[in-house]
Amino acid sequence: MLLTNRTKNLYQEVILDHNKNPRNFRVIEHPSHTAKGHNPLCGDKLDVYLVLDENQTVQDVSFVGDGCAISKASASIMTTIVKDKHIDEVRTIFRGFHDMATGKIEADEDPKLRRLRAFSGVRDLPARVKCATLAWHTLDAALKDEEIITTE
Amino acid sequence: MSAPVTKQRATHYETPGRILDIRREFPILSRKVQEKPLAYLDNAASTQMPSKVMETITAYHEFHHSNVHRGVHQLSQEASDLYEGAREKVRRFIHARDTRQVIYTSGTTAALNLIAHSWGNSRVGKGDTILVSNMEHHANIVPWYMLAKRTGVQIKVIPILDDGTLDMDAFEAMLDPSVKAVCVNHVSNALGTVNPVRTIAGMCRERGIVSVIDGAQAVGHLKVDVQELDVDFYAFSGHKMHGPTGIGILYGKLPLLNEMEPFLGGGDMILSVSFDNITWNDLPFKFEAGTPPIAQAVGLGAAIDYLNGHDRTFLYDYEQQLLSYANERLAEVPGLTFIGTAPQKAAIVSFVMKDVHPHDIGTILDGEGVAVRTGQHCAEPVMDRYGISSTTRASMAFYNTFEEIDQLRDALLKVTELFDVTD
Ligand SMILES: Cc1ncc(COP(=O)(O)O)c(C=O)c1O
Repeated sequence: MLLTNRTKNLYQEVILDHNKNPRNFRVIEHPSHTAKGHNPLCGDKLDVYLVLDENQTVQDVSFVGDGCAISKASASIMTTIVKDKHIDEVRTIFRGFHDMATGKIEADEDPKLRRLRAFSGVRDLPARVKCATLAWHTLDAALKDEEIITTE
Repeated sequence: MSAPVTKQRATHYETPGRILDIRREFPILSRKVQEKPLAYLDNAASTQMPSKVMETITAYHEFHHSNVHRGVHQLSQEASDLYEGAREKVRRFIHARDTRQVIYTSGTTAALNLIAHSWGNSRVGKGDTILVSNMEHHANIVPWYMLAKRTGVQIKVIPILDDGTLDMDAFEAMLDPSVKAVCVNHVSNALGTVNPVRTIAGMCRERGIVSVIDGAQAVGHLKVDVQELDVDFYAFSGHKMHGPTGIGILYGKLPLLNEMEPFLGGGDMILSVSFDNITWNDLPFKFEAGTPPIAQAVGLGAAIDYLNGHDRTFLYDYEQQLLSYANERLAEVPGLTFIGTAPQKAAIVSFVMKDVHPHDIGTILDGEGVAVRTGQHCAEPVMDRYGISSTTRASMAFYNTFEEIDQLRDALLKVTELFDVTD
C-alpha cells in the first residue's frame, strides 16, 4: 500500500496498536484525582483517573473515552509512562511532549521522550496537535485540582 | 494487514466533456495538495468560484468602487447601480416578486438571526411554540434558542426517521395553535436530505404559521422558486453557490417584512433622524444598516450569471449521477455505513467507518489530495439522533468528476487497510 510519508509518520505501528488495544482503558472507582477532557473541534471526550500515594507518586492511572486514533493512543501510552512516576516528573515529561508536538524541540533531544517520539508526526498537522496532547492536558488538569485542594 | 476487499467494479462512468470544460473555469480545481491532484469534495462547506466571478469582483474594485446610495458622483452612482443590479439578479434567480423582498445580509446565519430578532422579538412569547427540525444546522437552531431566552417561547423538535427524512406525520401532529413558526432547511448539510418545503410551507400557511426555510444548501444545486414554494422566509449564502463569502440573502413576504422592526441600526436604514424621532427607510434598506458588502453583492450577481449561463437541469442531473456513483463506490469500502439515505437527496454523502474515527479518515484522505469535512457539521443534534459523535462527509458540486469519486474510494481503502477494517 502506497501511503504518503506524512500519513506513515503519523500512523505508526505503535499508535495503531494502542488505538486498537488501549492500555489501562477502565474507570478507577476511587481515584484521588480525575478530570474530563474535551476537544470541541472533533468532539473527542476522555476522562482521566489517577491514584497518587502519599509521596505524590502515581500508583494507578487509567482513562476512558471516545476519540480519534491519535488521542486514544496518546492517552494509552501516557498511562503506561506516568505509572510509578512522581508528579513533578510527570509534569516535566508533559512539558517536553508539548514542546515536541508543537515543533519547539526535536523528538530525539530529550531521552525522557523516547516512548513518545511516535507522536512527533503531528507537528506537520497543526489541527492534530490537540488530539495528541488532549490526554496530557486532562491529566495536568486533574493534578492542578489537587493543588487547589492541598493548599486549602 | 488484510488485503482490501475489492468487489466487482461498478459500471464505468465517463465524465462528460461539458463538465471538463466547466472545470477549466475554476482555477483552484487544478491545484495539487500533498503532491496529489486536489479532489475538492467539501462543497457543502463552501463552493469554489469560477474565474468569471473573481474577474467581476476585481473589475468592480479596479473601476467602480465607491460607497453606495450616498454620493452624487459618478463612481457612487456606478457602484449603486451594480449593487442594485445584483439585487435584481437575485430576485429573478429565486423568482421573488419584488426586489424589496430581497435583503442583503452577510450570509445565511445573519439572515436567520435577523428573522429571530425582527420578526421573533415582537411576535412570540410564553405559551407559543417554534418548531425546529432535528436536522437543522446550528444557524437555524441557536437563534431560536436565543429568542426563547428573550421571550419565553418554547422550542420543540420535529423528529426525523432513520433514513434521514423528516417525520411528516409527527410534524403534522405537532401543529397545534401554539405554533407560531416552523424552521426547516431545504437541504440538510449533514445528511443531504431534500425536504418537502412546498408541502411544509403549505401546511404552515393553512394554519397561519410562519415558515422559515434555510436554503443554504439548496440554491447552488436546485432551482429555487420562492413563489412556487410559497414560503414566508428563505435564507441563503453566496459562498455556497460559487459566489464570494460575506454575502447572503434573506427573502421574505412583503407583509411580514413591512411589519418587522429593523435588526441593526445605523446609516442607510433610516429616512430621517432627529433626537426625537426616527423614520425607518423603505424595504429592503430598512434591514441594511451601514455600508453593505458591495463587492460581494456584485460577486453574487456574477455567480448567478454564471449559473444561468449553464443548463441547470443538466448540472443537477449530473450531480445526481455523481451521488449514485458515490453511493455505489463507497458501498464497496469495508465497514462503511451511510448516515442519511433519504430517497430525495442532494449530492452529499455522510458516513461512518467501523472502528475508525472520522478525524483520522479526514487526515489520511487529505494526504491523498481528497478534501472532505469531518466532524459534526454544525449539526450536533443530528449526530445525537444517530448516536454518533461525528461523520465524514463528501459533498459534491457539478465540477466534480467520477474520477474524483474513485480517488475518494481508493483513499478510503487505504484507511481500511491501515486500520485493518473488515466488514
Ligand atoms: C444548512 C446550512 N445552514 C446554514 C449554514 C450557515 O451558513 P453561513 O455560515 O454561510 O452563514 C450552513 C453552512 O454551513 C448550512 O449548511
